[in-house]
Amino acid sequence: MRGRTRTRNIYLIPYMLWIVLFVIAPIVLIIYYSMFNIDGAWSLENYKRFFTPVYLSMTLRSFWYAGLITGFSLLIAYPTAYLLTKTEHKQLWLLLIILPSWINLLLKIYAFIGILGFYGPVNSFLDIIGVGTRQILFTDFSFIFVAVYIFIPYMILPIFNALEELNPSLVAAARDLGASSWATFRRVVFPLTFNGVKAGCRAVFIPALSLFMITRLIAGNRVITLGTAIEQHFLVTQDWGMGSTIAVFLIIAMGLTMILTETGKKVN
Amino acid sequence: MKRMGRLSLIYLTIVFVILYAPIFYLMYYSFNSAGTMHNFESFTFDWYREVFQDTRLFIILLNTLVIALLSSAISTAIGVLGALAITRVKTKRFQNALLTLNNVMIVSPDVIIGASFLVLFAMIGIKLGFGSVLISHIAFSVPIVVLMVLPNLEEMSPTLIDAARDLGASGWDVLTRVVIPYISPGIFAGFFMALTYSLDDFAVTFFVTGGGFSTLSVEIYSLARRGISLTINALSTLIFLATLILVIGYYFISKQGAKPKEAEVRE
Repeated sequence: MRGRTRTRNIYLIPYMLWIVLFVIAPIVLIIYYSMFNIDGAWSLENYKRFFTPVYLSMTLRSFWYAGLITGFSLLIAYPTAYLLTKTEHKQLWLLLIILPSWINLLLKIYAFIGILGFYGPVNSFLDIIGVGTRQILFTDFSFIFVAVYIFIPYMILPIFNALEELNPSLVAAARDLGASSWATFRRVVFPLTFNGVKAGCRAVFIPALSLFMITRLIAGNRVITLGTAIEQHFLVTQDWGMGSTIAVFLIIAMGLTMILTETGKKVN
Repeated sequence: MKRMGRLSLIYLTIVFVILYAPIFYLMYYSFNSAGTMHNFESFTFDWYREVFQDTRLFIILLNTLVIALLSSAISTAIGVLGALAITRVKTKRFQNALLTLNNVMIVSPDVIIGASFLVLFAMIGIKLGFGSVLISHIAFSVPIVVLMVLPNLEEMSPTLIDAARDLGASGWDVLTRVVIPYISPGIFAGFFMALTYSLDDFAVTFFVTGGGFSTLSVEIYSLARRGISLTINALSTLIFLATLILVIGYYFISKQGAKPKEAEVRE
């Protein structure tokens, strides 16, 4: 018995070390740094600055965009995941859905610079159907579209897994008992896969708050998300204190999202 | 099961087309002699020649691969140990605490990870460069490995271990000959996810890389900020082909891995 305890502790060491060094310490450090102003003096100045209209409206807009991106991703991903589970060779199809997410994120964003650009195919198409060319790049639309494109695989995956775990006899039972396919979906399939939806929303909402490369390359600094602001403060203006303060609020937002999307495993 | 309706098929097709369109768009124009991502002039391999002649780019590519392979191998080892630790922890509360901390890293946005690691490295005095990037990649890949391995461990019947123990297996034997083979699909999946995370990462690397060290993502970002350059297109075509080969390989290996198991069950 003692030998067993010892091996258990050996298992724990590298992992615990990892948790302390790379999960707990960084968060503590961020909170610590947020209490220093740009001159390196201890103060709560940064927090006061965060509650000025400039930063507050930026935060609210960031949430609004992230919400839109999550909503659209879900709207597209759920049917896709559902239909995928109905295909033959579904693992292969799933792999093909995930494949683009293995292509470097920056390359996909870069592709959209060409596609949505003034001379790109979208504008040529708009020209042909008579709408005429217009500026698509550097608009809210292009930002949300590209973000949804990037996030869709991350939304599909958990929903697909949840659908796979769903016992098909439950669906058959509902149908036998006379439920229409819509009723079956609304009352049986969707509630039982809700954890997958929550996991998907979690996987999309938080990164959507924080991505700064899409805003920089596609939205051309028109959209400033929390992530863009953090990057700006850390790497451009070198104001680590204010950057950390915004990061603290992003962490709080993350914590809230995690609580809201708690998949309730403990109950089961 | 009912066959798919035509509408469903159209829907799936549209999703697939949109998912792949940008990638093929990049590939198509990588052969454009005009040097722009519109107006295809004539076919050329010039951009590929440029990629292969660019030693700087080659070094960056090598950096990226070394970081990806090293970080996913190390993080897989730590992650498997972590998953084992979580399942062996007796108290439910401690287990949940570990899982929550694990998930904190998963849901942490890249910017937070990048910024906080930058602060951490500055604090403990690690020079920015290869080391800091490698450590960061290991750090953010560990939790995904844990999550991939954990379900396999949880579904494993404890009687398997008891049986091995009763038959005289040592703790090491149990781990290497019973547990690890059983959870190998999870380990494999975890390794691949870690590889994906590392290859796909831009934001964390962008924060913790100094001036001298660059990975592909960071390089592409700085190129893309300067505008369109078809060298990126040629490069992305090559990356796509490499990814495709990797994925096909993964699919067949995991398929083959699943076969013996089925056979065992039938016996």
